[in-house]
Amino acid sequence: MSEWSKAISGFARDAAPEATISGNRGLRLEDPLLFEQDEPGRSGVDLPEPPAVDRLGALRREGPIGLPGLSEPQVVRHYMRASQKNYGIDMGLYPLGSCTMKHNPRLNEKLARLPGFADIHPLQPQSTVTGALELIDTLARWLKELTGMPAVAMSPAAGAHGELCGMMCIRAAIEARGERRQRVLVPESAHGTNPATAAACGYAVDPIPANARGRVDLTALKEKLGPDVAAIMLTNPNTCGLFEDEILAIAEAVHAAGAFFYCDGANFNALVGRVRPGDLGIDCMHLNLHKTFSTPHGGGGPGSGPVVLAASLAPFAPLPWLVHDGGGLRLIEQAAGPAARAIGRIKGFHGQMGMFVRALAYIVSHGSDGLRQLSGDAVLNANYLLARLGDRLTASYPGPCMHEVLFDDRFLRDSGGVTTLDFAKALVDEGFHPMTMYFPLVVHGALLMEPTESESKASLDRFIEVVRGLAERARAGAAASFHAAPRFTPRRRLDETAAARKPVLRWRKPAATTREAAE
Amino acid sequence: MATVKYTKDHEWIRIEGDVAVVGITDYAQTQLGDVVYVELPELGRRVEQGKEAAVVESVKAASEVYAPISGEVLAVNDALSGEPGKVNADPMGEGWFLKLRIADTKQLDGLMDEAAYNAFVEGLH
Repeated sequence: MSEWSKAISGFARDAAPEATISGNRGLRLEDPLLFEQDEPGRSGVDLPEPPAVDRLGALRREGPIGLPGLSEPQVVRHYMRASQKNYGIDMGLYPLGSCTMKHNPRLNEKLARLPGFADIHPLQPQSTVTGALELIDTLARWLKELTGMPAVAMSPAAGAHGELCGMMCIRAAIEARGERRQRVLVPESAHGTNPATAAACGYAVDPIPANARGRVDLTALKEKLGPDVAAIMLTNPNTCGLFEDEILAIAEAVHAAGAFFYCDGANFNALVGRVRPGDLGIDCMHLNLHKTFSTPHGGGGPGSGPVVLAASLAPFAPLPWLVHDGGGLRLIEQAAGPAARAIGRIKGFHGQMGMFVRALAYIVSHGSDGLRQLSGDAVLNANYLLARLGDRLTASYPGPCMHEVLFDDRFLRDSGGVTTLDFAKALVDEGFHPMTMYFPLVVHGALLMEPTESESKASLDRFIEVVRGLAERARAGAAASFHAAPRFTPRRRLDETAAARKPVLRWRKPAATTREAAE
Repeated sequence: MATVKYTKDHEWIRIEGDVAVVGITDYAQTQLGDVVYVELPELGRRVEQGKEAAVVESVKAASEVYAPISGEVLAVNDALSGEPGKVNADPMGEGWFLKLRIADTKQLDGLMDEAAYNAFVEGLH
């Protein structure tokens, strides 16, 4: 046992839950809702009485608007306390699979705060924001270069929005050919957004089974292809963390059927700098800038989901886009030709400008050699987890894997009823954000881990030690301790079933005399 | 005694004259975990064998429920909207999903009886 884990288990013994007078536990502070702290009349600012002039005509507010009375220190403390209950990539390892929770470099933040980027308005005259337009154009050029694609739509707001944009381009291209195709093929292991996007675009979703190797079953795919298939939506590497190694044959078969090849780029972190989707026969792919290119996500967003397009789809791209003419850049906001009849706009203004700045800062500061190294390190780290955990957990597929590694719950079979959920809750007690669980659905009780390239070997070793220890504990028959987890969090196990069946969606002010009963 | 048949997708179907009652099996509800929502088809809709007839959502996942046979939807179990937990508590009884007017009795021949279904579930482990 290392010094580190001795320290951890020592802490665990000392931290046995014991009631305090205040309800606080050490520096972990309980805090009522702001509305529960309401003291009418309190205010953080001292405003003068409004003038007697009636500027609202006959309009009169009839009752109180229900905002709590609070002082500024109360509000500041409330949000500080809430923020300390949060867990993010800035706190520790965040191995949430298919999410690429990598470090967000502070350099990105510094550049995004430059006034020339941070303080501009999308309705400013173009002549006053040429620097911002140039930044969008430079990022677009990098994204096209890294993907080997001739065009990119920058405005989609995040991954699923990018998917929607891409599939709308595909539908527009098919309709421009005078065809009506009805089906979209989606592998069983796909992100849930893929079938949802296809359905939102009016297509019937037809699932493609996986083969024993966890990849798309090429024979089954070919059988499903036909003149009514609009597209396939494939993630590569797929959500089992495996490279779809028959992708060239898949692309050929899809194109031979007259369909388009949509790739979900959520897992591009495994490929960046090494494989260009355009070389794989992909027609369209969204990029999650908030995954691959390190812009914040998971509450710290917004995301950003530019879509790269093959030449066959480029004419149907959404507005706006940039063109070089007369020695300068010009933003095209009105379309002529096929694009005029295609999608139009899918988002107000030009996309997530702050994310563009961060993503470009990331790309330029890494350079092409750095980007190539990061995908290599991401894949190496996932394979390190596989190698060090493979004998304690049960890997769903033999390695090597790509940037994430998939385990299932067979290793918990003789644990006396420890589930994947219990295992995740025990990891929370150990101070880690859990891996993705119960996804993908193609294996039982999935545990999907994506360490990203941000983690050092020492950091991974600490995580590995804990996961191995927990697996050992489960096998030794400590089911009760797993069922009791988490024990050291501000709240214990929440009743997810009751929360879903009888959700309480808003706070209601309890009557003064029944406040305690209502809590 | 009414005949009950099973599908590979873990639906059961009970034949009551020319009407069939459909639900999901005990194995299915165990695998799903606590059911929190059930989406049922409109009355009068014609469902096709093997195609989606309902959706069941649990704390773990949302899954389609496929029609074991084709037919017109005669009734749905409205009680599930308020108490989806009935699917967990009594999947073969009060947790039923819908009733169909049987379009073609021959479609029942391709389904499993209880012994065959139990053997099928056993083989999944």
